[in-house]
Amino acid sequence: MRRGGESGVVVGRKILFITTDQQRYDTVGANGGTLSRTPVLDGLAREGIRYERCQPTSVVCMPSRASMLTGQYPSTHGAWMNGVALAPDAPSVAESLHDLGYATALIGKAHFEPFMDPFGRFAENALASLGVPTLEAPWFDGRQGVHRGFDFLEFATHGVMGPLHYAKWIQRAHPEALPGFYSVVDGDFNVNAAGGGDTGAPQVKWNDVPREWYHTDWVADRTIAWLDEQTDDQDWFCWMSFPDPHHPWDPPSSERHRVDWREVPLPENYPTSATEREALLDQKARHWRLWYDGRVVSNYEAPKKWVPATMTADQVREVNAMNAIEVELIDEAIGRVLARVAAKGWDEDLDVIFTSDHGELQGDFGLLFKGPYHVDALMRLPLIWRPAPSTSPVASVVHAPVSLVSLAATFLEVAGAAAPSWLEGATLPVSDDDAISRGFEATVTEWDSALFGVEVHVRSVLTSDYLYSEYGAGTMHDGSEGELYNLVDDPLQRVNLFNDPERAAERAALSERLRAHAERPGERATPGLLVAPV
Amino acid sequence: MASLRYERRIHATADEVWGVITEPESIPEWFPGVVSCTLEGTRRVLTLATGIEMPEEILVNDSIQRRFVYRIDSPLYRFHLGSIDVIALSPEESLCVYSTTAEPDTLCLLIGGGTAGALVEIARIAECVAAARVG
Repeated sequence: MRRGGESGVVVGRKILFITTDQQRYDTVGANGGTLSRTPVLDGLAREGIRYERCQPTSVVCMPSRASMLTGQYPSTHGAWMNGVALAPDAPSVAESLHDLGYATALIGKAHFEPFMDPFGRFAENALASLGVPTLEAPWFDGRQGVHRGFDFLEFATHGVMGPLHYAKWIQRAHPEALPGFYSVVDGDFNVNAAGGGDTGAPQVKWNDVPREWYHTDWVADRTIAWLDEQTDDQDWFCWMSFPDPHHPWDPPSSERHRVDWREVPLPENYPTSATEREALLDQKARHWRLWYDGRVVSNYEAPKKWVPATMTADQVREVNAMNAIEVELIDEAIGRVLARVAAKGWDEDLDVIFTSDHGELQGDFGLLFKGPYHVDALMRLPLIWRPAPSTSPVASVVHAPVSLVSLAATFLEVAGAAAPSWLEGATLPVSDDDAISRGFEATVTEWDSALFGVEVHVRSVLTSDYLYSEYGAGTMHDGSEGELYNLVDDPLQRVNLFNDPERAAERAALSERLRAHAERPGERATPGLLVAPV
Repeated sequence: MASLRYERRIHATADEVWGVITEPESIPEWFPGVVSCTLEGTRRVLTLATGIEMPEEILVNDSIQRRFVYRIDSPLYRFHLGSIDVIALSPEESLCVYSTTAEPDTLCLLIGGGTAGALVEIARIAECVAAARVG
């Protein structure tokens, strides 16, 4: 630990920022999850701060991840849906930390730029082929230097095809393993609807790949390799970003013994009868039922050729079993990395923050995957902050609503840096008292999409008592629709109170919060151009 | 089958804009992500920043109509046709239209996104040429 002069104030630390992709709050043991064993995360939660109500700024990857990096909402940073790149000159907390002298790395899934980019015109897709552009060896187009403030980047995503580092590594080193992985997209380059496993569930496949070649372990291995290059007195910020437990659910077959899908209970929010499912969906905005029936696919992230109404209870069980296995593998991978940090004697100065970019429906309301469906399945995230033990943190549980938009500010505070003017999120509260004193009362989640003739706009606000959504005019909504759930009486968000006259006052107050969000001061980036579906 | 069309008004003469496009081997200068290319007759093979090689067949390169048409010749595509048209709007201004028709639809969106970036580069180069001419 470096200390500043005579004051002894910590002027720099080591920050391990761990993200997963599409992981629900209730998959972590510390949050009450029982399907996966997550002793490492549970331990971090015991020692640090566990957040009961962490919301994303968006329930899909690119806008949410861009918010983590920029500390801004999607309507500010401009990456408003998947397939819209974050502007190259967008603010970056990694850049701020880099400028403070931190070594900065992002290992695993980035996704600030579209994946589907055969040309490699976005740096994320070209780095593995062209290497990091340097002053001595700039790229063919003249680019040079760090990318978005990270001086080390090695990328992975959900499959083994494409131009990212993990895919190229396994294609080169272990080509025999490639057929074991599920093909994320079909021949039409849509999200694959093909079923697998024992139940024919979409995006499920048993994968013969040895565990040590699977991307979860690769991300941990590469993180350890990077850490091994750091010196004791070097401050660093490492974003270790696991692609799992996002679909496809194709973990190594060797791990199948961990969770038997036949013994997996159905989710609390899975209505077992079709009649009940349909009645619940009919209370919500109309795109819920239209998607369930296969009449509209509201967004690219769900398979175009898959109809949710066809999903069986056993398929829900098998998806959740696969998901749980992937969560366990991640927990063990995190444990390996933390063990290496401890072996180096750095643990006392290490802040660890763990979260995910958004959730997964996983059977709730009879649905799977994600989309413009603003309920806990997609919006309630695991968030754990284990501050550096050298700062003598007080373990706590924060119940107030917080947002991923606060992460960038938090990293900068850990580093002892002043908050730049571009940050929209305040530093995460460390206790409920802290949250109350600093006005953490509500979070906002945004959705905008316009793809293949389907346009959806949603704004949601969450308070301790309510979850409220307003739908803007699009191809499925006329701008008058909404959802209002009382989280105290109806924690599963089954009873839509939007049109209940007795809730008019609450609705007006929540609508006013959304209006204030829309009119918040600050400069907005020009919304980016949609150039890919994801 | 899907079609996408991007267009851009460029402050340069039609001949200056066409001059950027008409040499098939010049594409690395203006299509983002194209690292290099080879040309044999009407067959052009692009090397992309992802490491992919993308073969193309040039179908039309007409300096009178200022029209360039090509087809991506890859098994990923069931169909592709790309066309670039340069239209004189005035002695000092042009319209460049970059159209993509492709199947599967998703690939049309991917190529179309690239063409939007290409138009920015075509305009940048042509406007530099125009600025040099004006002095």
